[in-house]
Amino acid sequence: MIRAAVIAFAVLFAANAFASADHLSNPALEARAVALQKELRCLVCQGESLDESNAPLAADLRRLIRERIAAGDSDDQVKAFLVSRYGDFILMKPPLMPSTWLLWFGPLVVLLLGGGVAAFVIFRAGKRASSETS
Amino acid sequence: MTGEIGQLSLALALALSLVMAVTGLAGARTDAALSREIASGAASGFFVFIVLAFGALTYASITSDFSILNVAQNSHTAKPLIYKITGVWGNHEGSMLLWMLVLAIYSAIMVFTKRGGARLTSAALGVQGLLASAFLLFILFTSNPFLRLDPPPFEGAGLNPLLQDPGLAFHPPMLYVGYVGLSAAFAYAAAALITSENGADWARAARPFMLMAWIALTLGITLGSWWAYYDLGWGGFWFWDPVENAALMPWLVATALLHSALATERTGAFRNWTLLLAIMAFSLSLIGTFLVRSGVLSSVHAFANDPRRGVYILAMLIAAIGGALALFAWRAPKLEAGASFEPISRESALLLNNVFLTAAAATVFLGTLYPLFYNAFTGMRLSVGPPYFAITFAPIFVALLILVPFGPRLSWRKGDLKAALRTLAPAIGIAAVAGIAVLAIATPHSLAAAGAFALASWVIGASAIDLLKRQTRPLSAYASALAHAGLGVTLMGIAGTTVFRSEALEVLAPGQSMQVAQYTLRLGRVENVQGPNYQAERAVVDVIANGHTIAVMTPEKRIYPVEGQAISDTSIRTTGFSDLYVALGEQDGGAWKLRAYVNPLAPFIWFGGAIMALGGLASLWSRLRVKFARAAEAAVPAQ
Repeated sequence: MIRAAVIAFAVLFAANAFASADHLSNPALEARAVALQKELRCLVCQGESLDESNAPLAADLRRLIRERIAAGDSDDQVKAFLVSRYGDFILMKPPLMPSTWLLWFGPLVVLLLGGGVAAFVIFRAGKRASSETS
Repeated sequence: MTGEIGQLSLALALALSLVMAVTGLAGARTDAALSREIASGAASGFFVFIVLAFGALTYASITSDFSILNVAQNSHTAKPLIYKITGVWGNHEGSMLLWMLVLAIYSAIMVFTKRGGARLTSAALGVQGLLASAFLLFILFTSNPFLRLDPPPFEGAGLNPLLQDPGLAFHPPMLYVGYVGLSAAFAYAAAALITSENGADWARAARPFMLMAWIALTLGITLGSWWAYYDLGWGGFWFWDPVENAALMPWLVATALLHSALATERTGAFRNWTLLLAIMAFSLSLIGTFLVRSGVLSSVHAFANDPRRGVYILAMLIAAIGGALALFAWRAPKLEAGASFEPISRESALLLNNVFLTAAAATVFLGTLYPLFYNAFTGMRLSVGPPYFAITFAPIFVALLILVPFGPRLSWRKGDLKAALRTLAPAIGIAAVAGIAVLAIATPHSLAAAGAFALASWVIGASAIDLLKRQTRPLSAYASALAHAGLGVTLMGIAGTTVFRSEALEVLAPGQSMQVAQYTLRLGRVENVQGPNYQAERAVVDVIANGHTIAVMTPEKRIYPVEGQAISDTSIRTTGFSDLYVALGEQDGGAWKLRAYVNPLAPFIWFGGAIMALGGLASLWSRLRVKFARAAEAAVPAQ
């Protein structure tokens, strides 16, 4: 009984994600599938991509990606299909849209603002330095 | 009995921390010498009782005293002794107590060294007292580690197997020494604002604490990354996971702080900015603690979280950050403003360093917290994963690394850019050669990898040249050279592993082989092994290169029956330049899944972190040596 429970646990919580859900025999297509599953996240685990995850749902999605690729979908079509099903949440790279402008352009704004302030400070300190020497 | 001692110690520590807060702050006044005495005494007492409380919990864990709820929930008699000790902070309550212990140690050091004079120390102790009482209230009312269980169970529930690892023994304490060390910098900054003791005294007083914090954060992050690499079983070393980011943000700002404080001490430049950075660095540490402990952003690290506690930490966060910023807004303008320097100077270089580091920290902050706010405002969920950081964070850091070598070559107030470029010219040559060599020799031919190696060689080469070209080599010159070179070494590791990794995954029956890079791996047998508190399947894998067996590797799959979890214990064979990494997967009929990687230069990632920390140590030692020399000088005439 205990032994059975242990085995059940082992199957449920297998720590390694072995992504061999279904290998595509065509290496080029398989490479596309692997690249895609690195850009998509596992929906039930925290912060893991489909590539890393060992959750059953992730295995299903890995199989689904291969089905779509085998059926002739482009990478974007596969993504669009998954987004229509699960929302933007599935994308590791958030899409660019008005509600993510702050996310995508924020770093640039901080950099420009910081650069501006630094330029101002340097200019002022330089003026002070030249007035001291003259 | 142990529980009562712990409980009582915590209550007494709370009382003393309140005394410390009130008398410490009152001691900021010139004529309040008695207050200062009381504050020092209270801080010493507070230290003693926190040590007692922590000792009590450790004792309870070692002796498997399951009448204490925390021990019953997180320990087990069969757990090896080392994990009974380290397991003390492998859970929420214990880790909060560790946080407190580190704060108490820093406070004791502040009392003992009295850096920056009696008034500044007193005010800083007052701020530490405020922080300590807030945290102790939190511990006593929401996270009491000494709650009783009646009747006590016969056996404990055990500890998450992922945490039963030597990496756990040092990773969290290191991070806490870092986080809380920044509280000392914060306390001195607030003390400078409270006492209006203008000038750079506070920065000089806080520098050893900043350095200790930075070294500890560097080592803590390095250890955490290494632990993830060998423990999670698929060879990744950084996940841009919220909890990793929570440690990275204070590190970035602490790095900026170390550089900015240098200018403040030396020439009085950027006084207000340095104060603000000290406040931000600790605020981010608090936010980090909040993110990890509250569970708002669950992650792979979410081994111990509880959303109910979030509200309290959030309130504390707002009070501490808001209070400090209000104090800053009120007092900072009264501090005398800026110094004068030429546009080409060490000061300008440090300022640019700060712009990039702050922007990098802001990027990590946005990426980490955006999903949370997005969900709050739109009700929808968003993921911000590694591709985001590759696009935003990486370019900022590349720009920073291009500029890093110039800083040490420019003089204070007025530098000479042409002379710096002439001196650094050989490093540009080294970088070009390295980039071209990588592009020509390594497969796959990758422009990104070539660029990364060129950049890393530029930083490392320039650090070496900087040392060689100096007439005198004070320890502080080694400090910056090592810290900068460490960045380059880490970058090489990241680029090597990411671009040139070989990967293989196959299902093997005993006797069958698979190929990864230049190695043939032959699965010998899979045996059952009994560990102290786990059962394992251990694969015996022969590593064959050029027809010879060069090693036998034994990756394991461990099942922890008490905790009901399975984890993989990977086997890594390293040459220092490259790792062969093998993980055992599930059984499939009579065969096993075997995952293997060759990770070129992977060890460099952590070597680089260690080199950076060594640079920090050199800087810390140069400071302390000066202080000891002065103390010895002062002692001589007295005799």
